[in-house]
Amino acid sequence: MVIIKVGIEQTIQSIWQLLESVCDPEVPVLSVIDLGIIRNIEIENDKVIVTITPTYTGCPAMDVISMSIRMALLEKGFKNIQIKSVLSPAWTTDWVSEKGKEKLAAYGIAPPNTKQVVCSPDAFAEEEAIQCPRCRSYHTKLVSQFGSTACKALYQCEDCKEPFDYFKCH
Amino acid sequence: MKNELIDFTLYLADNALIIGHRNSEWCGHGPVLEQDIAITNISLDLIGQARNFYQYAAQLINEENTEAKATEDTLAYLRDGWDFKNSLLTEHPNGDWAQTITRQFFFSVYQYYLYQQLQNCSNEQIAAIAIKALKEVTYHVKWSSEWMIRLGDGTEESNSRLKKAIDNLWMFTGELFDLSAYESVIYSAWNIDNDKIKNEWESKVKGILEEATLEIPVNATWHQSGGKTGTHSEHLGFLLAEMQSLQRAYPGNEW
Repeated sequence: MVIIKVGIEQTIQSIWQLLESVCDPEVPVLSVIDLGIIRNIEIENDKVIVTITPTYTGCPAMDVISMSIRMALLEKGFKNIQIKSVLSPAWTTDWVSEKGKEKLAAYGIAPPNTKQVVCSPDAFAEEEAIQCPRCRSYHTKLVSQFGSTACKALYQCEDCKEPFDYFKCH
Repeated sequence: MKNELIDFTLYLADNALIIGHRNSEWCGHGPVLEQDIAITNISLDLIGQARNFYQYAAQLINEENTEAKATEDTLAYLRDGWDFKNSLLTEHPNGDWAQTITRQFFFSVYQYYLYQQLQNCSNEQIAAIAIKALKEVTYHVKWSSEWMIRLGDGTEESNSRLKKAIDNLWMFTGELFDLSAYESVIYSAWNIDNDKIKNEWESKVKGILEEATLEIPVNATWHQSGGKTGTHSEHLGFLLAEMQSLQRAYPGNEW
């Protein structure tokens, strides 16, 4: 009984490691672990149950992510797989790992601010300064709250003039 | 209560889908690239909300009737106009940018205060969707408020167009707070305060319009209604004909 329990624990650990290689199709430097969308991994008999949560309600990448997780598990020989999606508690950029934030900056996307700044509904409310991922200047301006994907806003650096994406706080 | 819950969930879903679809008609036609991206991102958020509500509605419908075989897709693509419960405001055609912005502003402010109450309601699934969606709706309120101010306090032309849009759409806002029978049942079961939503909506709208150098049309007290119970304007039929054409012509098709 103890051996089986250790076996399950080890298998679950190996699945967490395996998922480090499954990436977000829209932001391919981030794994699903970095993104913080894997909420739970459990094994019931021979069934692997992976619980994920969407970043944004309409994020079209979720279906691809589910499929990629399934493929990665199939390749490792798991046959009985269930991907469950839960909405609560709601995903927040606070769950993006520190490693993930570093990877984002290196990729040219400004990572979400470490201090969670929730968007205010007030018109023209000032946002906290966003650092340019290229020249590190804080002298940047918001171009649009809506960028190339649901999770990003468009900014431009006033110093090096580089336009860049910001992974907005959520 | 179960039937009212299904109807209310469909009302939330239909509102989000129909205004989301309307916004998606701007794809490739926005006034500038960044705003084209913004309005289509808002579409995506709204259609995402609609999916969550439809999935839940389908689950409830199938629990009631095992023969029903409802899915999010059958609810979006295979119901007729009289089955849709969205408010008339959401189906109103895009018109010019001022009309679209005004429609979004009126609607997003309503959604914002409604979801604030739904996030604490006793129905776990509706509350979970509301908590998640509220983060996105906050961006919609901010974005549409800024455009209201930019247009109203902009040029003579933008000001007159926004004024026309407000005059045109005002008569569709009353319906949002005019409770249907199913809303009344749900609101009293979940302690949702409709008067509070209405007051918050009015005060937010009034504040933004003041900043936009405009006023709410105080004398226009008469309102259109019917959408919540399936009596729609002629516009919805055209919208559905386009949105549903593929599933109607090729039932069950996937791509």
